[in-house]
Amino acid sequence: MSKVLGGIFTSHVPGIGNAIARGLQQDPYWKPFFDGFAPVHRWLAEHKPDVAVVFYNDHGLNFFLDKMPTFAIGAAPEYHHEDEGWGLAFARPFPGIPELSWHIIEEVVASEIDPVMCQKMTVDHAVAVPFELLWPGEEGFTTRLVPIAINTVQHPLPSPKRCAALGQAVGRALRSWSGEETVVVLGTGGLSHQLEGKRAGHLNIDYDRFCMDNLAANPGALVQHSSLEIVDLAGSQGVEILNWIAARAALGEEVTELSRNYHVPISNTAAATMLVETRDAVTA
Amino acid sequence: MGKKPEIFGTDPFDGDLAMRGYALNDMCFSFNEEANREAFRADEDGYMAKFALTEEQKQAVRNRDVLAMLEAGGNVYYLAKLAGIFGLNVQDLGSLQTGMSLEDFKQRLLDQGVTLRSGAMVKEGEGA
Repeated sequence: MSKVLGGIFTSHVPGIGNAIARGLQQDPYWKPFFDGFAPVHRWLAEHKPDVAVVFYNDHGLNFFLDKMPTFAIGAAPEYHHEDEGWGLAFARPFPGIPELSWHIIEEVVASEIDPVMCQKMTVDHAVAVPFELLWPGEEGFTTRLVPIAINTVQHPLPSPKRCAALGQAVGRALRSWSGEETVVVLGTGGLSHQLEGKRAGHLNIDYDRFCMDNLAANPGALVQHSSLEIVDLAGSQGVEILNWIAARAALGEEVTELSRNYHVPISNTAAATMLVETRDAVTA
Repeated sequence: MGKKPEIFGTDPFDGDLAMRGYALNDMCFSFNEEANREAFRADEDGYMAKFALTEEQKQAVRNRDVLAMLEAGGNVYYLAKLAGIFGLNVQDLGSLQTGMSLEDFKQRLLDQGVTLRSGAMVKEGEGA
């Protein structure tokens, strides 16, 4: 039987990708963010998950506003990052696991949530940057990817409750998967930030702390706000917390927080990294 | 369409804006390809005409006026691709939209600077 070992939550700012490409991890501006990955790297080295199910939002690489899915699940044998407009494309391909993707799609639709199904898709910095952060270097990725995109771009956005329901359905699929794979679930993006308008540069450290304090033990607290209320609190792009909410819901009831790193500012963003594990990780 | 909440300096990108901004965002989406960025650099007006930008959108692009681009329906994730052509990053955009100097805009973020860390139950190591 497969095992869901834990969850990793991290910001995915494109600037982090540029910093990686330029080798700035020890630069005084970037170091407080990258240092947060030391416990994550140790945990990954110990547990070596076979699969990463990644909840993220596409920023205009695979999806345009002409056809904008609320939820989309990748079922491709392989995924690639591509140039998003600033000339940086990470070279390492992301191996897929389409048979697990289809099992997830089956369970999600059986739960009466209806995603777009993608046998071919590119993944943007919201997947590529976290993969680079988790498994740095040149070696090919061995952890296989199931990408699950949530619309955080074009309103109306799905509600936090709906995102949690999606996550729960994905979690049921993972726990009923007959394969032997071990799984880590990722939620990417956030925390508070706003790129546009006269409120550009908005941060909300109190709200971010509320999210981090409740993520492991009391994730229900995060779905009390509507998506527009989260825009108000966390900024237009801070609403990417929806990806965290879905990922947390996929992990089931009980998780233990292992590490947390929060650093302001990275570019215009309050950057955060959290690691939680399930009881299955303890007994794995 | 649903009534939007009043949030200072924030206009959530909804159906109204999506319709208004379609041509501008469509052009910006094309900038994922370097050849298209080159074509825009070579002939901005010709390239904008190809995507049927409205006069308001064209003027906003000519003036490098980010707030006017947003008003014309531009979505910031797509405008970021256009900004890249002008050599501007999201912090430059923040400065342009708030009317602050780039230094002041960055300083305002740095003034809120904080690092919170907990490594409970994970062995402390280098940098943790």
